[in-house]
Amino acid sequence: MTHAMLALHGVGKTYGAGTVDVVRALDRVSLTLSAGDFVTVIGSNGAGKSTLLNAIAGLMLPDSGRIELDNTDITAAPMHRRAALIGRIAQNPLETTCASMSIAENLAMAVQRGRAHGLRRAVTAARSAEFRERLAAVGLGLEQRLDARVGTLSGGQRQAVALLMATISGPRLLLLDEHLANLDPRTATVVMALTGRLIAAGQLTTLMVTHNMAEAIRWGNRLLMMHAGRIIFEIGGAEKSALTVDTLVRRFHDASGTVLIDDRVLLAS
Amino acid sequence: MGTQLQALIVNMLEQGALAGFLGLGVLISFRFFRFPDLTAEGSYPLGGAVAAALLVAGIDPVLATLAAIAAGMVAGMATALIHTKLRINNIVAGIIVMTALYTVNLRVMGSANISLLSVRTLFDEATSALGLGVHSETAVTIVLTFVLLALAGAALAWFMHTDLGLAVRATGENQAMIRSLGVNTDRTKLIGLGLSNGAIALSGALVAQDNGFADIGMGIGILVTGAAAVMIGEALFGDGSIERWVIATVVGVLIYRFLVALALRVGLAPVDLKLITAALLLLALALPRLRAKPA
Repeated sequence: MTHAMLALHGVGKTYGAGTVDVVRALDRVSLTLSAGDFVTVIGSNGAGKSTLLNAIAGLMLPDSGRIELDNTDITAAPMHRRAALIGRIAQNPLETTCASMSIAENLAMAVQRGRAHGLRRAVTAARSAEFRERLAAVGLGLEQRLDARVGTLSGGQRQAVALLMATISGPRLLLLDEHLANLDPRTATVVMALTGRLIAAGQLTTLMVTHNMAEAIRWGNRLLMMHAGRIIFEIGGAEKSALTVDTLVRRFHDASGTVLIDDRVLLAS
Repeated sequence: MGTQLQALIVNMLEQGALAGFLGLGVLISFRFFRFPDLTAEGSYPLGGAVAAALLVAGIDPVLATLAAIAAGMVAGMATALIHTKLRINNIVAGIIVMTALYTVNLRVMGSANISLLSVRTLFDEATSALGLGVHSETAVTIVLTFVLLALAGAALAWFMHTDLGLAVRATGENQAMIRSLGVNTDRTKLIGLGLSNGAIALSGALVAQDNGFADIGMGIGILVTGAAAVMIGEALFGDGSIERWVIATVVGVLIYRFLVALALRVGLAPVDLKLITAALLLLALALPRLRAKPA
């Protein structure tokens, strides 16, 4: 058995405790990811998908439970301590890149992920050559624009840079939080294909939140359905390969007793 | 008219070079960290006070000037610590340190004003070391200060291209992002504000030695002066690269000093200076916006 890369034990998060507006964003969630697992997460509005990723990334601290990454308890570790281990991309590429800095400078910062930041030149000729090579593989022509400010790129190009930044230093865990949601369908397809290639090349353990059911079915080896702060079911293996959107909607209804409502859930691809 | 213009230009070069470090310091806080760090209003006179007090105590001018830089760095780090450890808004943290420094500066100087006419300053030493007479001191001051400024500018540009420098820049632009890459932003703020206020204190120390006195009120409005210089430089040269930004800031300081000297020459009183500074800052702020407006 491959070892558990990520383990959540009864992780809970409640907002507005003691008020009438109490929201149980995460309800004692337990989850284990083996090394190399690519898990897609889907669910209704406010199901707790992003809260789950944020708890793992350290953007917020859970009220209860324990989170272990590669056998280290990271439940309360500050974000900059987990950084060496976790690559993360958000829906908005503005969040995970620096607009006023060049593509090369952004990638150089990502190369230093989790390492000491010293007084060595950040963008060296050797690094530039490596960046050019990696950017060429993206297929968006960015290898010609190493010195261009990231702020001058389109959303898709910027998200591609963010993807390279998240994966360039070989993190133990990759968190994708609806990273295609702001892109037009064509660009989303290109960026998702790149995502798949990078994950395969690095054999990265990945947790991908999406609102696109077809995407959640097509990618990864496991699919989690979340509802009201809980994982209500999981589909993997051959069952996942044979899964259709219709089956997924029906299973959600059976498990939750409600209709899958997310104004952004795409029923078709 | 010819000699008048010459006097204006000499004044601009001298005052501009001395204030160049102030420009670089404000560039770090105001542009890279994106907030008006009011610590400057205290660290600038702190530099003057520390240098003056040590010179009067018989300390070597080089050491006195280095001590002034160190004092300024400590002041900037105090602001950074108040902001990061106590989670107090960065502008408020600057105001707190600025206010505290008023007392510190008075205590360091022992009075509101110290004369340096009877002690040998950095510029006196440099002039005699070169075997030149007193009449050459202005020229020596300008050349020496420009050499130091060029070194400081080059060092700043070099630093901003290192791994640590990138982390400092990113801290001002996208704190969450650089934190997620493992950078302790409390530390980068400490470094950035330390460097910024060290440079600003150096400006104060050099100005005091050039003027022949340190005064408790020498820092009033100094942040606006620095910000105006940064923005004049930007409005004229843009902010294409770090190198360009650094050079634009120094040129901005020179232009600012020239405009101030010109304003005084055409008959405005020194008491009007702050109003002029405010107007210049407003102009520099408004110019890019007015230009960006569709015709």
